[in-house]
Amino acid sequence: MAGEISDAIIRVRDITVQFGKTRVLDGLNLDVKRGEILGFVGPSGAGKSVLTRTIIGLVPKIAGSIEVFGVDLDAASAAERRGVERRWGILFQQGALFSSLTVRQNIQFPVREYLKVSQRLLDEIMVAKLGMVGLRPEVADRYPSELSGGMIKRVALARALALDPELVFLDEPTSGLDPIGAGDFDELVRTLQRTLGLTVFMVTHDLDSLYTACDRIAVLGNGKIIAAGSIADMQASQHPWLRQYFHGKRARAVMG
Amino acid sequence: MSGNPTLERIARGNALALCATGSWTARFAPMLERMVADAEKLGGTRPNIFIDASQVSKLDTFGAWLIERLRRSLTQGGVEGEIAGLSANYSSLVDEVRRVKAEPIVETDRVTITGMLEQIGRTVAGVGGTLIGLIDMLGAVLAAAAHVLIRPRGFRLTSTIHHLEQVCWRAVPIVVLITFLIGCIISQQGIFHFRKFGADIFVVDMLGVLVLREIGVLLVAIMVAGRSGSAYTAELGSMKMREEIDALRTMGFDPIEVLILPRMLALVLALPILAFLGAMAALYGGGLVAWLYGGVEPEAFLLRLRDAISIDHFVVGMIKAPVMAAVIGIVACVEGLSVQGSAESLGQHTTSSVVKGIFFVIVMDGLFAIFFASIGM
Repeated sequence: MAGEISDAIIRVRDITVQFGKTRVLDGLNLDVKRGEILGFVGPSGAGKSVLTRTIIGLVPKIAGSIEVFGVDLDAASAAERRGVERRWGILFQQGALFSSLTVRQNIQFPVREYLKVSQRLLDEIMVAKLGMVGLRPEVADRYPSELSGGMIKRVALARALALDPELVFLDEPTSGLDPIGAGDFDELVRTLQRTLGLTVFMVTHDLDSLYTACDRIAVLGNGKIIAAGSIADMQASQHPWLRQYFHGKRARAVMG
Repeated sequence: MSGNPTLERIARGNALALCATGSWTARFAPMLERMVADAEKLGGTRPNIFIDASQVSKLDTFGAWLIERLRRSLTQGGVEGEIAGLSANYSSLVDEVRRVKAEPIVETDRVTITGMLEQIGRTVAGVGGTLIGLIDMLGAVLAAAAHVLIRPRGFRLTSTIHHLEQVCWRAVPIVVLITFLIGCIISQQGIFHFRKFGADIFVVDMLGVLVLREIGVLLVAIMVAGRSGSAYTAELGSMKMREEIDALRTMGFDPIEVLILPRMLALVLALPILAFLGAMAALYGGGLVAWLYGGVEPEAFLLRLRDAISIDHFVVGMIKAPVMAAVIGIVACVEGLSVQGSAESLGQHTTSSVVKGIFFVIVMDGLFAIFFASIGM
C-alpha cells in the first residue's frame, strides 16, 4: 500500500466550517488511531454530526485538511476517493436505508456494486450480516417502512458493515434502542472491533456506550475539541460542561 | 504484507489438508468463491480432510464465511471437516458466522405472463376503488367544510392564504405566458387557413369562442394539475411517510380540516382567477397576431369580438373552472394520502395524481359540453 503507514487513520487539521454567519467548527484538530473506538460527545447542536459529515465529505469546509487512511481527501483523485469510500462504512442517525429496496437489497447493494460475486454468496453474506447485528433472516424481504426504529438501526449497521470496512462512522447508534438492545449493540461494536480490527468513530450521548465500548473520548465544544482522553481523564477534568456531563445524575446512575 | 489468497492441497498420510494462505477478505471474494467451489468437490474423496487456516494473514466476514461454507460442505460429504490453526481473534469471527443458517432464500416476485395478466386484472378492478376513493374524499371534504361553516373559528385562514399565494399568485406569470402564446398560435393558424376563403375576420369568432369556452379553462386546469396537483400530492405524501398526519390525528385534529380543506379552497378560488387571466392573455395574444400578421385592426377585432361573443361563453368557462379545480384537488389529496413508506411510492402517486387529474379534467370538460349543449348555452 502506498504512503507511510501512520498510526492515525483519520487526521483532521484546522478545519473550519461555517453556515452563513455561524461558525460551527473553528480550527478543529482531531486524530483517530487505528483500531480504537473513539466516542465523540458534546452538547446538542455543538456540531458533532457536522464534523462527521465534514470528514465524510458531505459538508464543505472553508479551511483545513482531512486525511483518511493517509489519503488527503481534497487532493485525492476520483479513483482514490472511491478507494477510501470502499473502505469505510457509515451509519446515519436516521438509518438512511433506501426506502424502495428491501432489507436484503439494502445490505447487498454496496457488495453488488463493488464485488463480482454470485447471488448465493450475496445472500449468505447478507444473512451473516443480519445475524451479526442480531436480526433474523426472516426480515430480509421487508421494506424499511415495515421495520421498527431499532431494526432500522440494525439493518443500517449491517449495510455499513456489508463490505467489511476498516473504519465505521456511527452517528448516535444506540439512540432509540432499548437498554438491552443498546447494550448488545455496544457489545457488537466491541466484538467487531476485536475480530475485524475495526476503527470506530462513534457520535453518542449514551453514557453506557462511553463506559463500556469506547477506548477514548473526545469532547466537542465551541467549535474545537475541548478534551480528549480516557474515561478517567474525562472524570478528572475540571471543565464545567464535562463535570456536569460525567458527574450528573445519569452519570452517577451508570457508575452505580 | 497480505497477498493473494490461495488454498493448497497437501496430503498428510491418510488425511488431506487444505491450507488457506494470504488475505481472505472481501477484496478477493470472487477469487475465493471459485477456489472454495473447487475444493467443495473433494468432499467424500478422502475420509479425513481438514482446513488449515494458520497461514491466513487477513480474514474478514467474507473469508470467514467461505471457510465455514467449505467446512459445511465437506462435513455433508461425510468427512470430518475441521478448521485448524485459527488465531483467537479469527476464530471468534468464524464462530460468529457459524451461527448463520444457510437455507437458500427464494425471491418471491418473478415476472411471468400470468403475473402480468394478474397485474392488469388488479388494475382494472382497482378503477372502481379509485372512484369510490374520490367520492369518499369529496364527502369528507364537504363534511369538513360544513363543520367549518357551523364553527367558523376552525377555519384556517392563514393556511388558505398561504396556499392561495402558492397556487394562484405564483402561477400567474407562467399561466399568462403560456395562454398568451396559445392565443397567438390559434390566431396565426386561423388566419393562415381562413385567408384561403377570404374569411380572415372569422378568426375572431373562433378565437373568442375557443378561448372563453374551452382552451382558456382547459389549458389552465391542465397546467394547475401539473403544477399544484403534483405539489399537493408530494406534500401530503411526504407528511404521510413521516407520520406527520398520524401525529395531527392523535392531537385531536382532523387532517382533512387542517391540511386538505385550505388546499382545496385555495385551488377552487385560484382556478377561476387563473382561467380568467389566461383567457384575457390568450385574447390579447390572438388580437396582437391578428393585427400584426393578419392586418385586422384592433378596433375591427374588438367590434367583431363583441358581435361574436355573448356573455354565455364567458359564463360557461367560469362555471367549469371551480369544478375542475375541485376534481384536481380531490385527486391530488387522495393520491397524497395513499402514499406508502417508500420514495418510490411517493413518485408513483405523484405521477398518477397528475395523470388522473388531467384525465378527469378532460372527462369533466366533455360532460360539461353535453350539459351546456342540452340547455342551449
